[in-house]
Amino acid sequence: MRNAFADELLKQSKLRDDIVLVVADIGNRLFDPFKEANPNNFYNAGVAEANAIGMAAGLSMGGFKPIVYTIATFATARCFEQIKVDVCYNGNPVIIVGVGGGFSYAGNGATHHSFEDLAILRSLPEISIVAPADSYEVRGALRAALRHDKPVYLRLGKKNEPLVHDSVPNFSIGKSISLKWGYEVCILSTGNITPEAMVAAEMLETQGISTELMSFHTIKPLDREYLEEAFNKFRLVVTVEEHGIIGGLGGAVSEWKAAEELRSEVTAKLLSLGAIDRFMRRGGNQAHARKHFGLDSESIRGRITEVYEKTYQSELRVSF
Amino acid sequence: MMTTMEVANSQLERFASKARKEIVRMSFESKSPHLGSSLSVVDILIAAYWSGLNVDPENPYDEGRDRLIFSKGHAAAALYSVLALRGFFSIDLLDTYAREDTLLGEHPIANALPGLEAATGSLGHGLSIGVGVALANKIKNNNAKTIVVISDGECNEGSVWEAAMFAPAHDLDNLMVVVDFNKWQATGRSREVLSLDSLEEKWKAFGWSTYEVNGHDMSELADAMNYFPDNSCKPIAVIAHTVKGKGVSFMEDDNNWHYRIPTEDEVGKAILELTIK
Repeated sequence: MRNAFADELLKQSKLRDDIVLVVADIGNRLFDPFKEANPNNFYNAGVAEANAIGMAAGLSMGGFKPIVYTIATFATARCFEQIKVDVCYNGNPVIIVGVGGGFSYAGNGATHHSFEDLAILRSLPEISIVAPADSYEVRGALRAALRHDKPVYLRLGKKNEPLVHDSVPNFSIGKSISLKWGYEVCILSTGNITPEAMVAAEMLETQGISTELMSFHTIKPLDREYLEEAFNKFRLVVTVEEHGIIGGLGGAVSEWKAAEELRSEVTAKLLSLGAIDRFMRRGGNQAHARKHFGLDSESIRGRITEVYEKTYQSELRVSF
Repeated sequence: MMTTMEVANSQLERFASKARKEIVRMSFESKSPHLGSSLSVVDILIAAYWSGLNVDPENPYDEGRDRLIFSKGHAAAALYSVLALRGFFSIDLLDTYAREDTLLGEHPIANALPGLEAATGSLGHGLSIGVGVALANKIKNNNAKTIVVISDGECNEGSVWEAAMFAPAHDLDNLMVVVDFNKWQATGRSREVLSLDSLEEKWKAFGWSTYEVNGHDMSELADAMNYFPDNSCKPIAVIAHTVKGKGVSFMEDDNNWHYRIPTEDEVGKAILELTIK
C-alpha cells in the first residue's frame, strides 16, 4: 500500500502544486521521486510528530494541502492533541497518513502496533477516517482525501498486501464498496485486513453460508445508508478490523445500531471481530499476530460460522 | 493598503493603558482569571500590531498579511483588547467577553473573529503553527512575516522545542517568537518549576538569532520587531522581560493574580492607577 501511496502522490503532485508532504523521519527512498519532482514541497520534520502536525496546520493556513506521513501509531497517538486542536478545532484540512496500520509492524512489538488509532481519532469532531482495503483503494482514497475540505486520516497497511480489486474503484469517503454479493451474512471489513475477510467470505460460501463482503473503508462518517439496508436484510452483520475491539469499526457500528434500534426494528445481529483488550507481549510477524488475535481468515470463518449457526438455530426454534 | 503605522511611543503607551483598563474590567465583570498573564503581554501586542506587523483591519484575511499567532491563549483578554483598539472589531464586543455564547471565549475560539489567526489554549501549539505558516510563505516566496507570542511557562512543553529545532534547520528568518518572560507560571516561579535559566542561551543554542528586551519598553520592542528579518538567515527569538500583572501596583509580580478576580474596590484602584499613568 505504501508504494501505491507514494506513486499516486507523485502523480497527484503533477496535477496540482499545493501538496506539501511532511514526513517524520520515515520513508527513506520511498519518496525520492516525489522529492525530486517537488523539491520545495517535501519536508522531513524529524522524529517530532507533534511539531509535524502543528506545522501542517500552519501550512494549511498558508494555503497548502499538507500531508503528514509516518507510522500509524506515531501519526495519531503521539500527537493526538495537535490533531484535535491545530487540525480539527482550527479547521485545517490536513491529511494524516498512518502507515503500518494494525499489526503491520507486529514484529517491532506493541510500541508499533496500532490498535487504538481508529478509536481515538473517531472521538474527534470533523475528521474523516479512511482505511483502504488494498493498493487500488489507496489510490482512490488519496484522490478523495485531496478533494475533501476537512481533515482526513488515511490508514494504510505496509507493503505487498493481496489485492481485492483489479483496478481503482469509484471511491467516495463514506461510501462502502461491494466486493462480493451474498444474502445471509454480511461482512463489513475495513482496511488492510480485508483480503483475509475476502478469503473467509469465500470459505463461508463453500460451506453453504451465503456471504456478502463490503469494503467498509470509511470508519467516520459511517455509510449509514448501507448499514440500514444491511441490518434489515441479513441475519448476521460482522465487522472485521485489524484494530482493538474497543472503539474502532465494531464500536462505531454498535453505537449506530443502538441508536437505530430506538428508531426502528433492526433484524440482524452484530458480531464484531478485532483484537482482544490485551497487549501482545510476544514477537512474530503480522500473520502470526493475526492468528494470535483470531483475525486470520480461518479464525474469521470459524467465529462467523459458530455465531451464525447459533443465531440461525434460535431463529428456527422461534419460527416453529 | 496595509501599512505599519508610525505612531509616537507616547500614543502607544496610552493604547496600552487603555487595553489594561479593559482587561481589568473584563476580568471583573466576567469573573475570569489570568489577569496577571494578560497584563504582562499587553505592550508586546501593542508593539506588534502598531509597529511589527503589516496588517489591515479592513482586510483581515488578505493572503499577503503578516500574522501573529497568540500561543498563550489564556491571556486572550489582552489579545481581544488590542485587536479591538487596532480596529479589527468593535470595542463594544469586549463587553461580551467570557459571557454565554460569546465569540470572545476565555481562550481564543477557532475562526471566531477577524484578527484571531489561531485558536489556542492548550500550551505549546502556537510555535508549530507559526513554523507552518512561515514555511508556507517561504515556499510561495511571499515576504509576509509571522510572530508567535508564547509564555515562559509554555517553554515547559516539549513541542515548543521540536518547533524550535525545525525553524533554524529550514532558515525560517521570516519567523519570530516573542517570549513573554514574566518569570511566573500558574503555580510558581518559572525558573523553579523547571530549569528555565539562561532562556536566551537556550534559544541561541537551538539556532535562533536572539535579542533580550524590556517587554514593557515600546522602543525596544519596536526596534526588535522592525529589525526582522535580521540578515542572519535565522528565525528570531525575542526574550521580552516582563512583569506579571504589569501596570497595577498591587498586582505586579504577585502570582495570586494568575487566578484571582479583582473586587470592585480593587478595580477602582487599578483603573485610577492606569488612568494617572
